[in-house]
Amino acid sequence: MRKRLVRSSYDAVGLLVLAVIMFPIYWMVTTALKPGREILSLTPYWVPAPITFDNFKTAMQVPFFWNDVVNSLIIVLTVVVISVVLAFLAAVAVARFGFRGRSAFVVMVIAVQMVPLNALVIPIYLLLDSVGQVDSLLGVIAYYMAVVLPFMIWTLRGFVHNIPVDLEEAAMVDGASRVGAFMRIVFPLVAPGLVATAIFGFIQAWNEYIIAYVLLSSSSKQTLTIWLASFTTQHGTDWGGLMAGATLTALPVVVFFLLVQRQVTGGLTAGAVKG
Amino acid sequence: MRAAGQMSAATATRPRRIEAAPFRQLLVRKGLPYALIAPALLVILGVLGYPLAMLVWLSTQHYGLRELFQHQGRFAGLSNYATILADPQFRYALEVTAIFTLVNVALSMIIATFIALLMERVSSFVRVLLGAGLVFVWATPVIPSIDLWQWMFDYEFGVVNWLLTRIGAGNYIHHNWFENPLQGFTVITVVVVWGAIPFLALMLHAGLTQVPRELVEAAQIDGARGWQVFQNVTFPTLKPLLLILLSLSTIWDFQVFNQVWVMLDQRPSQDYFVMSVFSFQESFRVSQYGLGSTAAVIMVAILAIASFFYVRQTVRSIEEFGR
Repeated sequence: MRKRLVRSSYDAVGLLVLAVIMFPIYWMVTTALKPGREILSLTPYWVPAPITFDNFKTAMQVPFFWNDVVNSLIIVLTVVVISVVLAFLAAVAVARFGFRGRSAFVVMVIAVQMVPLNALVIPIYLLLDSVGQVDSLLGVIAYYMAVVLPFMIWTLRGFVHNIPVDLEEAAMVDGASRVGAFMRIVFPLVAPGLVATAIFGFIQAWNEYIIAYVLLSSSSKQTLTIWLASFTTQHGTDWGGLMAGATLTALPVVVFFLLVQRQVTGGLTAGAVKG
Repeated sequence: MRAAGQMSAATATRPRRIEAAPFRQLLVRKGLPYALIAPALLVILGVLGYPLAMLVWLSTQHYGLRELFQHQGRFAGLSNYATILADPQFRYALEVTAIFTLVNVALSMIIATFIALLMERVSSFVRVLLGAGLVFVWATPVIPSIDLWQWMFDYEFGVVNWLLTRIGAGNYIHHNWFENPLQGFTVITVVVVWGAIPFLALMLHAGLTQVPRELVEAAQIDGARGWQVFQNVTFPTLKPLLLILLSLSTIWDFQVFNQVWVMLDQRPSQDYFVMSVFSFQESFRVSQYGLGSTAAVIMVAILAIASFFYVRQTVRSIEEFGR
């Protein structure tokens, strides 16, 4: 009896914690669905009474919204496609070959993720400025690639490493060349890992702020994270529109994240506790 | 299995190539891994390594607006460092950042540990819910999440002010949180901690499930109580993970930028100059790129210490568990 009481009081605390951490997200989404007078009210409305999509319509009509959606997509897709290929090659080298300098390469891959981008943005800006590439998507793409590559190499290394070498060797005994065995055995098995890693790269690039903020100055070239600032003017902030914009920006990321979370998070702590 | 079957069928029709010269084979075998890492290495070194070196070089340059137009700095030795270390604003930034990091790391770790321990004790239904909620918060991108907190703490229609007034914590009607930097940093701390908790809590929970049950039971049979079990069994098992999470959190919180910059509508007052904002302001607002770089180099150097522990711990666990 007492044990059950303890268990259900833990459950109550658990649900309370859940409510507290989820409330901000609930508040963002419901604000986006509220009519203006319910947003600008001194006593909050907890549930949007007539649900309205006006805020989403306003957000999509803000100048450069579609433009910036396209920019975000161009940047992110280019980054992901190129870096998945490069990361996969490097991951194979690290997971399958012993070579001089491998440990150094692994250490570099881990360490380089710790370099703060908000420190690098100064030389990055000056470098691109001297070759006239400031305010071009190209510069941003190059930097995002370097940002996502280490993490991708690291995660893919795990996926490749988990495929038993015996499978490849069996294929080679059957007469396949090394490349052939690789393409026919390893590649299909690692494909889910490639998808997960690609999506994670997508999320990282989609969310990035400071490089895009400094490099992309003209509004026609900005990305969605920068576009969100356009709801705040000297006259105040259009909270309904901003929350709708924030929801729209967050939506693809949340969906993708839920899809791959389980597969990728191992790479984040690199197996600190074996898992 | 199916792939292997196709394999032998495919190769049966093709003669095997065994006539390749041994030297060429050796070259291919030795060179292949390098060829595989070369493209990624080039991108990382070219796009991150080179600017990092240039950052250090810039910190020894006088680099203002005139130099920006000429694309050429003037060598200034270590005078930037002397200037910056004597600048009270910089010292303030350093202090504020240190305190901010300490408070945020401590709070996130403590709350995350609490949630992870709680997840072990709740019924499986609540655990699944809690896990899903954490993943949801984790997935929310940083800029939208800053915007939503900005809205919650709005001085006029913010739900937080209403709630605090309602529960009798004082009169918070039309309370501006950013007038007083201490209160402003409290809001920023809420945003940072809220964003950090899911990752930490889920990692810690995963770590807790790895603590061997037999050890816990053995300790209990030997008469250990709740806290003693944690101290003598749980904590030692989790230590490698805790070290990694601690250094990661330190690294993330010490370089905090977005939360300050976006929260304060890209115009933070001097009270809010943490290290990264100071360096950004010097560079892109005052156009003193040399001084800005100097501040950034100091920031990177401090971060390198925390990174050292992270990298060492990570490499150790690969050696133990990886290949």
